[in-house]
Amino acid sequence: MKLAVSNLEARYGPAQILFDVSFTVGDGEVVALLGRNGAGKSTTLRSIIGLVADRSGGIEFQGEDISKLRTHEIARRGLGWVPEDRRIFTELTVLENLEVGRQPPRAGAPTWTADKLFALFPNLAEMRQRLGDRMSGGEQQMLTIARTLMGNPALVLLDEPSEGLAPKIVEQMAAAILAMKREGLALVISEQNLRFARLISDRAVIIEKGRVRYAGTMAELAANPEIRDAYLAV
Amino acid sequence: MAAALEVQGIAKSYGGVAAVRGVSFAVQPGEIVALIGPNGAGKSTCFNMIMGQIPVDDGVIRIFGQPTTGLPPRAVWRRGVGRTFQITATFSSMTVAENVQVALLSHRRQLSTCYKFAGAMARDEAERLLDLLGLKAQAGRACGELAYGDLKRLELAVALANDPKLLLLDEPTAGMAPKERVDLMALTTRIARDRTIGVFFTEHDMDVVFEHSDRVMVLDRGALIASGPPQAVRTDPKVRAVYLGEGFDDAGGREGDER
Amino acid sequence: MEFLVVQFLTGLASAASLFLAASGLSIIFGVTRIVNFAHGAFYMLGAYVAVTLTEWWDGPLGFWGGVLVAAIAVAVLGALTEVSLLRRIYRAPELFQLLATFGLTLMMQDIVLLVWGPVDLIGPRAPGFKGAVQILGQQVPSYELFLIVLGPAVLAVLWLLFHRTRWGVLVRAATQDRDMVAALGVNQKWLFTSVFALGIFLAALGGALQLPREAASHNMDLRIIVEVFVVVVIGGLGSVTGAFLAAVIVSELNAFGILILPKISLVLVFIVMAAVLVVRPWGLLGRKEAAPRQVLGATIHPWRPLSQPQRLALAAVLALAACLPFVSGNYLLTVGSEILIFILFAQSLQLLMTVGGLASFGHAAYFGLGSYGAALAAKSLGLPMGIALLAGPVLALAGAFIFGWFSVRLAGVYFAMLTLAFAQIAWSIAFQWVDVTGGDNGILGVWPAALVGTPARFYWFAFVVTVAGVFCLRALTFSPFGYALRAARDSELRAEAIGIDRRRVQLTAFMIAGSFAGIAGALFAYLKGSVFPETLAIPYSVDALVMVLLGGVETVSGAVVGAIVYKALAIWLMSETEMSKLVLGAVIVAIVVLSPKGIVGYLSDIARRTPWLAAWSNKA
Repeated sequence: MKLAVSNLEARYGPAQILFDVSFTVGDGEVVALLGRNGAGKSTTLRSIIGLVADRSGGIEFQGEDISKLRTHEIARRGLGWVPEDRRIFTELTVLENLEVGRQPPRAGAPTWTADKLFALFPNLAEMRQRLGDRMSGGEQQMLTIARTLMGNPALVLLDEPSEGLAPKIVEQMAAAILAMKREGLALVISEQNLRFARLISDRAVIIEKGRVRYAGTMAELAANPEIRDAYLAV
Repeated sequence: MAAALEVQGIAKSYGGVAAVRGVSFAVQPGEIVALIGPNGAGKSTCFNMIMGQIPVDDGVIRIFGQPTTGLPPRAVWRRGVGRTFQITATFSSMTVAENVQVALLSHRRQLSTCYKFAGAMARDEAERLLDLLGLKAQAGRACGELAYGDLKRLELAVALANDPKLLLLDEPTAGMAPKERVDLMALTTRIARDRTIGVFFTEHDMDVVFEHSDRVMVLDRGALIASGPPQAVRTDPKVRAVYLGEGFDDAGGREGDER
Repeated sequence: MEFLVVQFLTGLASAASLFLAASGLSIIFGVTRIVNFAHGAFYMLGAYVAVTLTEWWDGPLGFWGGVLVAAIAVAVLGALTEVSLLRRIYRAPELFQLLATFGLTLMMQDIVLLVWGPVDLIGPRAPGFKGAVQILGQQVPSYELFLIVLGPAVLAVLWLLFHRTRWGVLVRAATQDRDMVAALGVNQKWLFTSVFALGIFLAALGGALQLPREAASHNMDLRIIVEVFVVVVIGGLGSVTGAFLAAVIVSELNAFGILILPKISLVLVFIVMAAVLVVRPWGLLGRKEAAPRQVLGATIHPWRPLSQPQRLALAAVLALAACLPFVSGNYLLTVGSEILIFILFAQSLQLLMTVGGLASFGHAAYFGLGSYGAALAAKSLGLPMGIALLAGPVLALAGAFIFGWFSVRLAGVYFAMLTLAFAQIAWSIAFQWVDVTGGDNGILGVWPAALVGTPARFYWFAFVVTVAGVFCLRALTFSPFGYALRAARDSELRAEAIGIDRRRVQLTAFMIAGSFAGIAGALFAYLKGSVFPETLAIPYSVDALVMVLLGGVETVSGAVVGAIVYKALAIWLMSETEMSKLVLGAVIVAIVVLSPKGIVGYLSDIARRTPWLAAWSNKA
């Protein structure tokens, strides 16, 4: 077991966003966190990485309770987080962005180098010295992922990797995520795009209005259009 | 009669990236219109342009036939527009009643008075509004102590203080418990019908959207891709593609540039 | 022509130390979001430590080694300060951070006095740069040329540090997005400490390097901090290049200001600063700041007017206070009058600070303008006291309108720095414009009319004015205007969405607060019989801030209690100890860290938790 979330609740001020969210991620497994926007997917990921101050419930990562740790301590245990809004450092170059993410290699997790990442994201290789704010949305998205991989994580939380990207870029993204999975990385991917999620994930967890509504394999979900229409369609 | 809100070709870009590209629509008095769409579709930008929080790059906004393009929020408000915010914006150092009183006093243009005791002014009307929203029992409480659902109601009470003919509601039920959501929207629609207020709102909760709107518009990548009665929108293949990402399988696919 | 060139070079040389100090402040702010008021104190400390070290060690290595070691030693002290104090207040409102670091400044002033004595210390000349160089027939000291080269050199070194080291890359990343940096596994604690140490190192180095140009003195700290504030306001907080650009601009303006407007040279800097702010509110190379984390004064317990029992209790206290002349001597009455005047001054700031949420660090400007208005009307125009007392607030109102118009365009730390800089400009006018203000000698012989000519009568007069003034300010707080002001403070977004013009409301409040401070200032002129530029200076502004803070920033008129306690404490300390600033500074730091709610705020909390007290104070 890589990650076990149990009875997670989260609040922003007086507003409760998550209610009793529980799910698990196995070794090398890719879990899709599905739901419409506003459902609580991002908050779930932000709570796991420790960026939501007002949270409660159990979060176990590789057998260790991380629910009380601070964000940088969680990150240093090999848990990576890629935010949804492509928060690259716009005033830093591509190489500098990668440098910020760099951590020593760790046992039990794939090791990444800048060169290996440039092979994974060939677009980035051509713009090593480019400033972040001079990059397109797709390039920025790739850079946020590459930057997190520089920390040699054992599990990555990916928040809406396909959002706002052109179809061609989305396909590149899917290929990159599958390559990461082949390296043995476990992933939690929040997603609204069901087709994209089906391409890359083993299991699905559907969140709606802050609660888990469904958990099962992708294949089961594909066979159940009524679940899909109830929680994901308009 | 002029439309409560008429938007013609409004557009906005940030640093060369188009957030909203030429959106046009109208909201009639008493009509309840929902705007939905995935994250980053440009819903908030649309809202903020209508209210005057951010200037438009292009296009015209009319409220009851009068152009309001380029006016600051406080001037748009004077034209009879009430709004609520996605993350509630209330005066946390005041009581619930005082929050409404300030809005009422502003509507009556009495806020520059320097000597009277404001706590006693517009008291009755504030209580009527709070009563309407089921907040009468909370009138004397500190706004900072309220539960989130009550804060959302308070926002609505404040938005109604200038006797608006158009309400702009940015995710009116976000962060509320499911039961509260239904109640609040039922109340909102009732008030809107009674007073023939045009309502324009965004919302993530599809139950709320489909139960309470007369018309649903779908925004994707800054452009409207569908508009019509709820059921028609629900079955529109383009809308399904946006929400489920099925478009890649189909011929035609999704249009739009990489951002 | 030749002279102009030399003047230009002098300006460039002056820019070096200013740039060092300002870039340090800017770097610290960029990462920690703290505006370090104590920066000037560390600058001064750098100079003093360098004087001592260069005296101990001989030879060229002694000088350069002494300067460097002094800067390092002070940087270590800075790091210790960060670990022991600043870490506790990173989440506090900006005003508290500014005040705590000002408290440090006060403490440092007395410590420097204790260690190095009251005399200015002339430092050694720099070995190798003792002579002068002939440029266009004019003698230019070679040390000036060294400084001219040093500025860009330090800029280059900083650039390399921030672009070519991992540490620098992390700092730049943290400046942009702290959460993201943490999520990538970087421990911000030590990043903050090291950034603070670097900033202090730069300040101390700047101070030490000034030694061959000027003696180490006790007013170095406040003088440099005001200039640094002006520099970062012009250049943009958080931008090192902006700091360099602005340091050059300000230094050149100072160098040439003396030629163009010898009487009021600082006005030139003011005009440039104002122009920059109108065009680019966040400075030449600055970025728009997010809204302050925490709004000042926004209590979660709604204010209420006094209840009937509270009013009776207040009436009893007032009656007792009115009887003071029957039981006490002249000295105590004079002290009493002074306290009354400061009550009005502090309460006027409270309107701006807690009702308006605008922490002015230059409120003394309007107090001082009130004093000068009254004194000038009385002495230069020969007007009677009744009219002169009105002239004070009128002048303060005019000043508040001009300065306030610019200030309310900004918020948070920018507002604080801007109001401080404006107050300093008012001070420099009073100081430099000798023909009108008498400069340092002040205006003497401002005596009250016979009607209030005895200490007892003056006390009663001050009593009536202050009670009426505080009453007006309280009434204003509970009036519709007061609500509009609170609305603009609580949520600008919501206020604008219900038709409130934030800037207009806040400017009005600024002018009202300034006028009431002016009334207090006018009374003060008559109490003292004289006016000096000090009434406009930073210590008076901070006195008022501390009074509000001590009383409680979340209360309507805690400042009244704060003023009584603080003023009495200060007067008592002056008579009891030589080290009054050390104690006062420590008190300020302690309040911020231990009891940020202040006396009245603390008491209200107890009252709310005690059933019978709560019932008593809620009674209609």
